[in-house]
Amino acid sequence: MTAPRATGVPILRLGDVLITGLLNELDDQSAVAFTDELTERIAGDGARGVLIDISRLEIIDSFVARTLMELTTMARLLGARVIVAGMRPAVAITLVELGLQLTGVETALNAEQGLTAFGWHRMPRPAGEARRDAPR
Amino acid sequence: MTLHGERVAGSELIAQRSAPAGPTVAAARTADRAGARSTASGTSAESGAPGVSGGAFADPGPLPGGPGRSSRFNVASEEDLLTVRHAVRAATVEAGFGLVDQTRIVTAASELARNAYVHGGGGSLEIEMPTRSGRRGLRLTVRDDGPGIPDLDQALTDGFTTGTGLGHGLGGARRLMHEFQVHSRPGEGTTVVVARWNDR
Repeated sequence: MTAPRATGVPILRLGDVLITGLLNELDDQSAVAFTDELTERIAGDGARGVLIDISRLEIIDSFVARTLMELTTMARLLGARVIVAGMRPAVAITLVELGLQLTGVETALNAEQGLTAFGWHRMPRPAGEARRDAPR
Repeated sequence: MTLHGERVAGSELIAQRSAPAGPTVAAARTADRAGARSTASGTSAESGAPGVSGGAFADPGPLPGGPGRSSRFNVASEEDLLTVRHAVRAATVEAGFGLVDQTRIVTAASELARNAYVHGGGGSLEIEMPTRSGRRGLRLTVRDDGPGIPDLDQALTDGFTTGTGLGHGLGGARRLMHEFQVHSRPGEGTTVVVARWNDR
């Protein structure tokens, strides 16, 4: 197997969670290369979760949708849970009209909520300060 | 008549986003048989066929807006797909479309351009900015000289794919746009014309 083509997309590791994102300029070949790279990292790092931020994607067409669905399935087969975070509202509307529901892909409104779902939380505030979810 | 027989046998469709494919095909073919067509290679958009009341071009004739501005792009590589997306996005902004409509149109353009690239072996995409009844719009014409689509009804069915997508490309593009036409016959390539009008 040849070395995966570098996509230039950073894949960060935070504990057992990998954090990455898709860029708007991702072309088809890069999308495939990104899939290869990410699955290698999941296996290599023993990741249990993958957060994919897609807030920069201005459109999701059927190719990108397929990429996300395949990635999710591959990650699941490797024992990792994928959360796709940050979809733009216009993209969500268009996806539904296109007939795509990203079946099987877990989503979150934004990266922060995605990380929360993985069990990451903000630093606790010093004693005496109001809880962040307390009514103000 | 041989001409009409051929046309009926070939795959051709005029459809509106919300119209079911079957009856619309029948309407288009009926119009063809009515003799409104004189050439085999013209597009139905300009045919002026009477009686196609259910079709997207129920009020045909040369589409208003005149020649307008148009620009044409080659679709022969993945870089071209990105270039086309940018150009279509810029055109939607120029035509005053809102963000959701911009996204719909760019997504449809991406699907159609990829179809031309993957299935048609490359082609071209033309962007026009017509106006009709004071409404601005965007029309995309995507052509390729590929093998053509043997069975259009099948190609428009969600989930049908011969390539690497999800099989929602053609049918999805139809739902995202107000007007949708596809002309394709085996061995003669495929031309898809879509348009969306600005409601704002």
